[in-house]
Amino acid sequence: MSELKTGGQIIWESLIHEGVEVVFGLPGGTILPTYDDLYKYNYPVHHVLVTHEQGAAHMADGYARATGRVGVCMATSGPGATNLVTGLATAFMDSTPVVAITGQVPKTLLGRDGFQEADIRAISMPVTKHNYLITDIRDLPAALKEAFYIARTGRPGPVLVDITKCVQQDSMEFTYPATVNLPGYRPNRLTPDAAVIDRVARLLNEAQRPVIVAGQGVSMAKAEVELRQLAEKANIPVATSLLGVGTFPATHPLSLSWGGMHGEAYCNYALQECDVMFAIGARLDDRLTGAFSTFAPKARIIHVDLDPAEMGKNLTIDTPVVGDALLTLRALLPQVEPNEHPAWLGQISEWRSDTTERDILAQETDELVAPYVMRQLWHATNQGDCTVVTDVGQHQMWEAQYFYHTKPRSLLTSGGLGTMGYALPAAIGAQMGRPQEEMWVIAGDGGFQMTMPELSTVMQERLPIKIAIINNGYLGMVRQWQDVFYNKRYVGTPLFNPDFVKVAEAYGIPGRAVTRKEDVFDAIRQAQNTAGPFLLDFQVEEFTNVYPMVAPGKSNADMIRRGRPVEN
Amino acid sequence: MTATQTKSHTIIAWLEDKPGVLNRVTGLFSRRNFNIESLTVGHSEVKGISRMTFVARGDERDLQQVETQLDKLINVVHIADVSQEPTVVREMALIKVATSGQTRGEIMQLVSIYHASVVDVDMTSLIIQIVAPEDRVDSLIKLLDNYGIEEMVRTGQVAMVRGSSRHGHSHSAATVAANGNGNGHHA
Repeated sequence: MSELKTGGQIIWESLIHEGVEVVFGLPGGTILPTYDDLYKYNYPVHHVLVTHEQGAAHMADGYARATGRVGVCMATSGPGATNLVTGLATAFMDSTPVVAITGQVPKTLLGRDGFQEADIRAISMPVTKHNYLITDIRDLPAALKEAFYIARTGRPGPVLVDITKCVQQDSMEFTYPATVNLPGYRPNRLTPDAAVIDRVARLLNEAQRPVIVAGQGVSMAKAEVELRQLAEKANIPVATSLLGVGTFPATHPLSLSWGGMHGEAYCNYALQECDVMFAIGARLDDRLTGAFSTFAPKARIIHVDLDPAEMGKNLTIDTPVVGDALLTLRALLPQVEPNEHPAWLGQISEWRSDTTERDILAQETDELVAPYVMRQLWHATNQGDCTVVTDVGQHQMWEAQYFYHTKPRSLLTSGGLGTMGYALPAAIGAQMGRPQEEMWVIAGDGGFQMTMPELSTVMQERLPIKIAIINNGYLGMVRQWQDVFYNKRYVGTPLFNPDFVKVAEAYGIPGRAVTRKEDVFDAIRQAQNTAGPFLLDFQVEEFTNVYPMVAPGKSNADMIRRGRPVEN
Repeated sequence: MTATQTKSHTIIAWLEDKPGVLNRVTGLFSRRNFNIESLTVGHSEVKGISRMTFVARGDERDLQQVETQLDKLINVVHIADVSQEPTVVREMALIKVATSGQTRGEIMQLVSIYHASVVDVDMTSLIIQIVAPEDRVDSLIKLLDNYGIEEMVRTGQVAMVRGSSRHGHSHSAATVAANGNGNGHHA
């Protein structure tokens, strides 16, 4: 108790109190005192040096999504801190618990525009759940305690703690606080009122054409089992949001896959035609709903979310339910009556048999197309027994369409912000958190290059990450929009790519280029059978587009469908 | 979508008096595209808790978003829309009006009618202070404009619910802070 601790020591000891095992970061002038204190704590906390701070933030995010624990990243002031911003915004949009610790110039230099000063508290305000600027060491323990508490409780999110260099060098007696004092923060796990549960149960019991829409909040509340019990008890089909993929097994007979802009047609039809929609832990954003005013026009929407600000933010909600997903489902389950819904499930089954994902697989017989790669990967991983981290674009949609996810947290993807460059660093974080898991990066040739230097981090940490690049020579999804909305004027989308296999080799990572359909499975097996990381460069057909597709701002009823299969 | 009806709402927010808190609030207004007509902030009766009154215009959805998004800010302790409650709402303005020997008397009459006061006089101008509901302030300004307003400052509206706090409608900072129940969380 009486021993004085430096601010740097207090930071590491606080992290240890919070159970932090790994920190992703890159040192610089104003965070150096803290780095210098790390040698005292190197055993309990492992520091992963990144090549760019954006990577550190994505790694913390990937670690958090894969484990459910708080991910931690660290950077210096100025450009170090601003480089974190994209990663913080990614985590914020997808409600990922991350704590970012940044160095700041000494208090006496604040506001003087000195070397590497940036007001990261102001810059990060709209992309963090909360943030701090600490200029007095006496405020440091409480701020760190609160940062972790705020990041992981309620609706999780990133919290940034900016700490002046002098605070890190200063010293005081240190006791990690046992409690937080946050009078304005009420993250209690709420069970909705009995009357609300009664109303929800009545709506579900009386529904003729009910649908469940499950989001990531279900997994955050660890309510997958209860969700499945609800669906099976009343025979209600389950669609997920993109981030909800994995909360309900995609191979389940009641699964509608996922809906929205590139969702399956039968899923979107079911969402449009349902009479009661039970949305839980999903924020119902525009990529899921299409034009808000045209979404689920016949439905009374029940919206369960623990964030009151999500109620009616985008849609007119019949029954808003502010509550924890698990507690809500537990309260609801006894009151929901068994039901068959034969006509409704029959109708869905008819839509499903009309045009589904089989068509594109059956259609493109000779050329190497990404959907085929996704399905082969699914087979090769013992039907999806792995974690996939995708980047953003066409490959991300194909992965979600053709790879059936059956376990929670098995797809990590930047759904809200749509951050290209997310996949590789996020997979590094995820693999650090789950060393035994088979970890696959699937990225486009454009996005992969945004954070490609993190290949050195893969090697530095000796991570056995398998990387599949879906290489079509374009910023594919942007090119697809140019196809559909800009009369095929491909401005700024053709890519000048390196030889990805040679790039990997330069880092000491073996790789293989794949150009033929018949080599896909063998190449995946080779990657799996190689100890350590492996890179596969799938050089796919250039102009394949993702369908179904809903034009932005249009109704989900107006999908551009896939072509029909060639009849044999 | 239901037809939208926009109305002005008077909302009180209690904030922890922490650095950057006003930045958080105004940043949220601008980021969420909220339409704010006026905003004032100052100390409440409890140390460490500031009280902000703001007037926002919008339909029901807009207002619900303003309130719930603001309430999500960690340093916002409590928020209350008092538009439907009996309230005292006041704004203060200081108005410097050009005067001459001929006009001074007329202006003094207006000041008296509006229960305003003259707080500074010299040979060519007067500073008038008015504390009144917003529409009365507007109305006096419109009249004084005829004489030439040289300078003006308005505080924006502040509001307080009528009657004793003990009768249920408690909006005292002490009650609000105590009900925040974020205190002493074991975390």
